[in-house]
Amino acid sequence: MSLSTPLAKARGLGSAKSGTHHWIAQRLTAIALIPLSIWFVSSLVCMTELNHQTATAWIQSPLVAIFLILFIIAMFHHAQLGLQVVIEDYIDSRVMKITGLILLKLVSFFAGLAAAIAVLKIYLGS
Amino acid sequence: MATDNRPLSPHLQIYKPQLTSVLSITHRGTGVFLTLGAFFLTCWLLALADGPAHFAKLQAHLTSWYGQCLVYAFVFSLYFHLCNGIRHLFWDVGLGLDIDVAYKTGYAVVAGAIILTLLTLCLAAGGIA
Repeated sequence: MSLSTPLAKARGLGSAKSGTHHWIAQRLTAIALIPLSIWFVSSLVCMTELNHQTATAWIQSPLVAIFLILFIIAMFHHAQLGLQVVIEDYIDSRVMKITGLILLKLVSFFAGLAAAIAVLKIYLGS
Repeated sequence: MATDNRPLSPHLQIYKPQLTSVLSITHRGTGVFLTLGAFFLTCWLLALADGPAHFAKLQAHLTSWYGQCLVYAFVFSLYFHLCNGIRHLFWDVGLGLDIDVAYKTGYAVVAGAIILTLLTLCLAAGGIA
């Protein structure tokens, strides 16, 4: 005999535990990435010459550094949310699936942080 | 779970590819490819932060023919994922779900991605990398 209420049972056993948050986070980052990605590509296109000096000068402007870090955060968050679903959909083996998900989350976090620190280093000019 | 011998319902192989389904899987494909692009951007920023020598080496690869192919594959994937992503956002609020509209927006996404890529190619002139 179970002592939990029907509502508690539904909450504990239903499929909708954290899907809504994932869905909303994916849409929110998608919306953020519309202006950010257009800005990023057009900024690179607008540079008449792309070399170490021009790229560094570009990132040393505070607004550019801020938007670039926002772009990196939104992009890596969006990418790992999307790849999570791809792994969940296509990888059958439970072991491989969980290993893949752990690797995805850790590597995405690492790469995103590395990119943000690279921007900060360039911005601070050290 | 022993699932080896169970009968399977017909899957992808019996369906005729349609614009809607092809764009759907292309959205996934470009998403996965763009994740590689994100890691690539990390490498680019790290090289830039590391100094001119390291950066020049990377730029030499990026401005070569194979580097440019890769860059423009990323550019096209980005535009496709962007256009189709906007289409998805409209679907999310319940707009454009009728079949004829979904086909029209589907063709618009393909055209938009190609035009934006060509525009980028023309504007960059020297080639972005």
